[in-house]
Amino acid sequence: MARAVSFNRKTFNTVLAWSIGLLIFFPILWTILTSFKTEGQAIADPPLFLMFDWTLENYAIVQERSDYLRFLTNSVIIAGGSTLLGIFVAVPAAWSMAFVPSKRTKDILLWMLSTKMLPAVGVLYPIYLIFIELGLLDTKIGLVVVLMLINLPIIVWMLYTYFKEIPSEILEAARMDGASLRSEILYVLTPMAIPGIASTILLNFILAWNEAFWTLNLTAAQAAPLTAFIASYSSPEGLFYAKLSAASTMAIAPILILGWFSQKQLVRGLTFGAVK
Amino acid sequence: MATQHSRSAARFMMAPAVMLLLAWMLVPLIMTLYFSFKKYLPLRGGDLGWVGFDNYVRFVSSSSFWPSVTTTLIIVGGVLAITLILGTLLALLLDQPIWGQGVVRILVIAPFFVMPTVSALVWKNMFMDPNYGLLSYLWEFFGAEPLQWMSHASLTSIITIVSWQWLPFATLILLTAIQSLDHEQLEASEMDGATALKRFWYIVLPHLSRAITVVLLIQTIFLLSIFAEIFVTTAGAFGSKTLTYLIFQRVLESQNVGLGSAGGVYAIILANIVAIFLMRIVGKNLDK
Repeated sequence: MARAVSFNRKTFNTVLAWSIGLLIFFPILWTILTSFKTEGQAIADPPLFLMFDWTLENYAIVQERSDYLRFLTNSVIIAGGSTLLGIFVAVPAAWSMAFVPSKRTKDILLWMLSTKMLPAVGVLYPIYLIFIELGLLDTKIGLVVVLMLINLPIIVWMLYTYFKEIPSEILEAARMDGASLRSEILYVLTPMAIPGIASTILLNFILAWNEAFWTLNLTAAQAAPLTAFIASYSSPEGLFYAKLSAASTMAIAPILILGWFSQKQLVRGLTFGAVK
Repeated sequence: MATQHSRSAARFMMAPAVMLLLAWMLVPLIMTLYFSFKKYLPLRGGDLGWVGFDNYVRFVSSSSFWPSVTTTLIIVGGVLAITLILGTLLALLLDQPIWGQGVVRILVIAPFFVMPTVSALVWKNMFMDPNYGLLSYLWEFFGAEPLQWMSHASLTSIITIVSWQWLPFATLILLTAIQSLDHEQLEASEMDGATALKRFWYIVLPHLSRAITVVLLIQTIFLLSIFAEIFVTTAGAFGSKTLTYLIFQRVLESQNVGLGSAGGVYAIILANIVAIFLMRIVGKNLDK
């Protein structure tokens, strides 16, 4: 039911919205454009927008000099590993809270959420010390565990809201037909829950990919993901705009694409159901 | 309809998540509390014994404490004001019928998915660099002297970068809330002669109040602990040291763990004050 508005007003709104949208997107666009320039063109005065000699050499140099692929692999392992581990722990918990709620379910959910509010810097040294003691500093497995723990409340919470939407009549019907708890979960619930689980995986992969407190403080050379790789460009000798842009583009491109699919989940996952 | 059998199964299934989070919360928290009452310098003598509340007193009486509180408040307040005001306006605009709405939404949301280290570095070098940054060209183009963004306007720079990252979040949530508004009510009031401003003030804004509160609280919690944006831009120099950054420096850079832990306890208390309000809203919503 489209609201009736005058053609002029729609044109005006369209032009305004597109201008603002492009302005907000511009830093990303500029980074992508600069990644295809030579270093000289990247700092040309006046700035060059499209009329330059497009080149791919920056991408080759970034990979060759800094072994970009290793950081990418670390990012994929850390973000993917922590998300999957989190799902593994959270699905049973969310399932039981959604379908066998007790008086304490609400308290447990809120308490889980409250652990997310703990400022990371407040527990930085203990975690650092535990990592040293256990030999986890600068390892991928250590980061997988930490990122799983900081995102676990969001994972449980999102799964809970998705599971809640599955009508419990269906479960009752399955039980009447004599389905065991195991087959109830496996054949009735799982197929209906898959879209929700997929959305949860998507959003948490993005959050873990972009996490930049623990990944910066708990890694050095071996386990550093892309967040740390990019941070290493902040030193003065890294001030080559075209190469910085190529590295940045490669670090954000996969997530930008995934992110566009996850707009709706973003609202659900980060407001904990408080905004619908 | 739950049977005894499914109840015990449920408890069993909840156990791993609950125990992991309990350990994740309690172990570091107890350790931070423990260190905060000690003089503990890992590189200069290690554990030098109990000192009572000495660290707590020294943390707040150090010359960098109050500036860091002011900096934190300016950054959090500035980003909240910018993202909430622009976010509301943008959400109102995107709610209007326009051509290519889906594409515009994507353009607006994109910055939220850029990792913090990338956005900080790109802004710092390619936009705010006094010699080669794009903003410097813009300033020169209009005949102005380019700004030394990082050293002379460090807080403005950081607020700009962080607002750019969080504007999409505010916009998206407020847009979701606006779309649930009953548009017939708006049209009716329009026919009754209410001006656009009155319609916004008496119908749209009250409808948005809860979404605004939620954005405010969630952003506050995340903004209190921004780190990467400062780490790669100014590294805490030029008056940009927030409470979070001060604690980080005490703990990892100067390795004064006792003092840093006392700061950490302050940060935890501060975050919890905000969190209580958020939990209340979320909890109320659970009952529905």
